[in-house]
Amino acid sequence: MPAEPIVAVQHLSHHFGAGELRREVLLDIHLTIRRGEVVILRGPSGSGKTTLLTLIGGLRSVQQGELHVLGQALHGADGDALVRLRRHIGFIFQAHNLLRFLNVLQNVQMAAQLHDERPGWDTRAEATAMIEAVGLGGHRHSYPENLSGGQKQRVAIARALVGRPRLILADEPTASLDSRSGRDVVNLMQHLARERGTAILLVTHDSRILDIADRQLHMEDGRLVQSAGREVSHAPR
Amino acid sequence: MVDQPYFDVPERSGPAAKPRRRRRIFLAWLQMSREKTRLRVAVLGITFAAVLMMVQLGIRDALFDSATLLHNSLAGEVFLLSPHSASVIAAQPFSDRRLHQTLALPEVQSASGIYVGFAQWENHRTHLARNLYVIGFNPDDRSIAIEGVERYAKAIKQADTVLFDVYSRPEFGTAEIGVDFTRQLPITTEMNPIAGSLRRVTVGGLFQLGPTFGGDANVITSDVNFRRLFPGRKKGSIDIGVIRLVPGTDVERAIRKIRAHLPADVQVLTKDEFKNVDRSYWASSKPLGYIFNLNVIMGFLVGAIIVYQILYTDVSEHLAEYATLKAIGYQDSELLKVVLQEAGLLALLGFIPAFLIASGAHLAISNATHLPIAMTPARAITVLVLTLAMCLISGALAVRRLKAADPADIFN
Repeated sequence: MPAEPIVAVQHLSHHFGAGELRREVLLDIHLTIRRGEVVILRGPSGSGKTTLLTLIGGLRSVQQGELHVLGQALHGADGDALVRLRRHIGFIFQAHNLLRFLNVLQNVQMAAQLHDERPGWDTRAEATAMIEAVGLGGHRHSYPENLSGGQKQRVAIARALVGRPRLILADEPTASLDSRSGRDVVNLMQHLARERGTAILLVTHDSRILDIADRQLHMEDGRLVQSAGREVSHAPR
Repeated sequence: MVDQPYFDVPERSGPAAKPRRRRRIFLAWLQMSREKTRLRVAVLGITFAAVLMMVQLGIRDALFDSATLLHNSLAGEVFLLSPHSASVIAAQPFSDRRLHQTLALPEVQSASGIYVGFAQWENHRTHLARNLYVIGFNPDDRSIAIEGVERYAKAIKQADTVLFDVYSRPEFGTAEIGVDFTRQLPITTEMNPIAGSLRRVTVGGLFQLGPTFGGDANVITSDVNFRRLFPGRKKGSIDIGVIRLVPGTDVERAIRKIRAHLPADVQVLTKDEFKNVDRSYWASSKPLGYIFNLNVIMGFLVGAIIVYQILYTDVSEHLAEYATLKAIGYQDSELLKVVLQEAGLLALLGFIPAFLIASGAHLAISNATHLPIAMTPARAITVLVLTLAMCLISGALAVRRLKAADPADIFN
């Protein structure tokens, strides 16, 4: 298996606004994320973390530089290509963003059915198995409003992972959780990702969960500062 | 750097893959049914609009149909009318010589003249006078096929005797006439024909026809009595010619022969053409058709505004959810489909009760007014199409709100 990076960023810059209002948010970013790597991205708010995350997630168009995600060049990619790419990325948001009018199973199915062109893919079975895996088997028919914050975030993890993505992008997944359930959620995310060789790019301010990272990155004023982290503890598959 | 994406699995299964049953989540329904109150309000609004459209179209059609009540009751296949007659209520007399000429053709079995005019009728109890429609015919010709008219044909052979329409508006003393007649009490009153001479007349029988645009009440009498009421009318000056063909005759061929046989100073019409003369008179040359169409448009707009409001609110409240769906890989077109499905569902949910309510309303109107009003499949389909169009147009407008769902915004 070739060791192509999951994410490869070169000379990536990004700005908002135009003319006098032009504001640089990312400046000449270089970054590589390999298979199964857990990378934590930290930095003060406004440093450009979220912009980088949305660019890697195909939620914004690349303005300048090169960006490859899952082997696909995103610089110059059209909207349709970005939408198709996003189906192969697991997104976990700060505010879980579950659909209020769907129960747990239906929420996960919404993500699973994006892949029902796969041979032998059974949306419902995949969703059910994923919900079991995050320990919510008994809550399949509950609605989000009846779940605790930690449970909702577990559903969000199930939704992100059900399509078996190679990359998970998580934005402050523990911000709205108490420390105990925050820890649980992160452990679960790490466990499931490791099991499947999924890379994780995690934006967080939560210093209690830094230990899950193979590598920590620091952002300041749109620039990336590589900080010392744990050595990569497992060989890429 | 490889530009070939290496997703876990192929994006599309090959042609060898067998088609599988897809169990897609029916997002439109789940989203709508979760908000029960809003759904009820939406359905109610659409029902209201659909009922309004159905009843307006129903009454319009009924009024146009009522304009042809007399036409339907005339026993013949071919009709003669003056070319100056735009309607039977504004008929121009013509000579009955044209009628007699047709008898020369072997296809013609019989020919009969009908006289029409307006007269003031005095309510025999309240003595208030109102205008009604007077129809005269030769009772021996049996050219008016109405049960009561056939039964009391003998009565109108007596001088100054008329038959009264029990479906007439009540202001004419209709109910009292009905009661007095069944009690065999004599009913006499005054008739003052327009351009005629005032006479005392006796009600010699009852029949059922119904009020029309032209007249709120009807009386039928013999041709002889008609000329007594309208002495200005020359004998042999008729308003409608009713021709009965020999049974089994090809109507179209017979009409061509009659047209060729008669001079151009008279119109020769089939029954449908004859009815269309009056339908188009009321539909086009009077503001009534326009008013009813306007009401239908109003119903359409009211419904469209309600649906737009509901869908716009619905999309706005779910913007974060739509943005999430976009973020995880749903195409804009799929979300657009959800909103349009909601619109379609609302249309169907609103139409079904509307159909039942309007059907009931038609019955009630028919009983109260004797207008020939009934739900027809054609009108139900017309309103269903209008309702769907109303909802889909509103849906298409509300969909623009989806643009505000930016998936890049949800990472904040």
